[in-house]
Amino acid sequence: MSKANIAFYWAASCGGCEIAVLDINEKILDIIEKANILMWPVAMDTKYEDLKKMKDKSIDVCFFNGAIRTSENEELAHLLRKKSKILVAFGSCAHEGCIPALANLFNKKLIFDRAYQETETTVNKENTLPMTSFDVKEGEIHIPEFYDTVKTLDQVVEVDYYLPGCPPTPNIVEDAFNKFLTGDLPPKGAVLAPVKALCDECPRKKKDKTIETIYRVYEKEADPEKCFLDQGIICMGPATRSGCGHQCIKGNMPCTGCFGKTPEVNDQGAKMISALASVLAVENEIELDEKKVEELISKIKDPVGTFYRYSLASSFIKRKVIK
Amino acid sequence: MEDFEPKIIAFLCKWCTYAGADLAGVSRLKFSPNAVPIRVMCSGRVDPSFVLDAFAKGADGVLVGGCHPGDCHYAQGNYKTLRRVKLLKMLLKDMGLEEERLRLEWISASEGNKFREVVNDMVIKIKEIGPSPLKKEESK
Repeated sequence: MSKANIAFYWAASCGGCEIAVLDINEKILDIIEKANILMWPVAMDTKYEDLKKMKDKSIDVCFFNGAIRTSENEELAHLLRKKSKILVAFGSCAHEGCIPALANLFNKKLIFDRAYQETETTVNKENTLPMTSFDVKEGEIHIPEFYDTVKTLDQVVEVDYYLPGCPPTPNIVEDAFNKFLTGDLPPKGAVLAPVKALCDECPRKKKDKTIETIYRVYEKEADPEKCFLDQGIICMGPATRSGCGHQCIKGNMPCTGCFGKTPEVNDQGAKMISALASVLAVENEIELDEKKVEELISKIKDPVGTFYRYSLASSFIKRKVIK
Repeated sequence: MEDFEPKIIAFLCKWCTYAGADLAGVSRLKFSPNAVPIRVMCSGRVDPSFVLDAFAKGADGVLVGGCHPGDCHYAQGNYKTLRRVKLLKMLLKDMGLEEERLRLEWISASEGNKFREVVNDMVIKIKEIGPSPLKKEESK
């Protein structure tokens, strides 16, 4: 049997997803036995020119991690789509935007001003900012354009499958490799992880909830046996897909939502707002005390960062309106 | 923006506000035609994603109408709605949308006149702040 051709690529990402491939440890050797790796920026030196010379659809499966932040990211997304039979959004950035997409609370100008002017350690008297082309002695050089808005991979090209997580956990990665190499695949467009919410696999003791006070993680030492929400710590479990093996929960940290929304849900943050509103000290309430409600929710210091930490680019609103 | 007519999506609870809107109609009260009513069983049925979806699709305002506190047909639906709307307003502010675009009102089945006043007032306020910026982005 001839070997399958696979490729990895990173766009706007931290590089963690590229390393996550190695989290499957020695099982990577089984994969190399069955597949040729044509491109893997973190480990191999493949030039874009080589990629351009490949025949269309010559890559069987391409694992694309990272969001679309620059024109280079976008160009490579189109190029890899053309060269690949199956394009997989690997990890939260390609899937839902993840941390890079929190920059959608700003735009190019605000980001450049902060990074190249306002930061306390920056001295930039000539106000030098990145430009897309520049003349030097040897000729004109070009660098990619920085966009105003971070996009997910499927907002730019058609995506066949998704692997959630920041980064995808070894069990998810291994399972996906096996599925691709054996051809045992779910319908196109599927997220390769379980369909239930994280609470379903969470082992903590849960009771009927009413939250009287909201604590931030550093304000309270959480009881490792009890549900975080019961203790007043916001945990994204009710609105987040399971499959990660509840690693954060095991480490006594609440879920922050990296596996993204569950199927049938359009907006992870909206679902979490809905879930949270239902448990914010509502039982046995006789008089509706608006002040008390306002006081309680004012303890949520960073609503976007809490509810949309990983999914801002794929949410309904997608980015902040900046006038 | 002389000819700007705001589009307001109104999620109205079947038991109180929708009946109130009905009363405004059968009483032949005249008021702005800008609100598009959507009947829901309870204001607590209004998922935050409905509201965000409406804004994302270009609504200039969203009105959520429910029973007065204590009157909810399902005991606590409107108590939860209040929390949802407060959390949503917090979120809208962070996303650069004016808080006034989202409004929660308790309107009973006998308050046809209040429904009229709320819709008229909302239309005036939204005309002041202008069309939804999300609509503009859409056409870009």
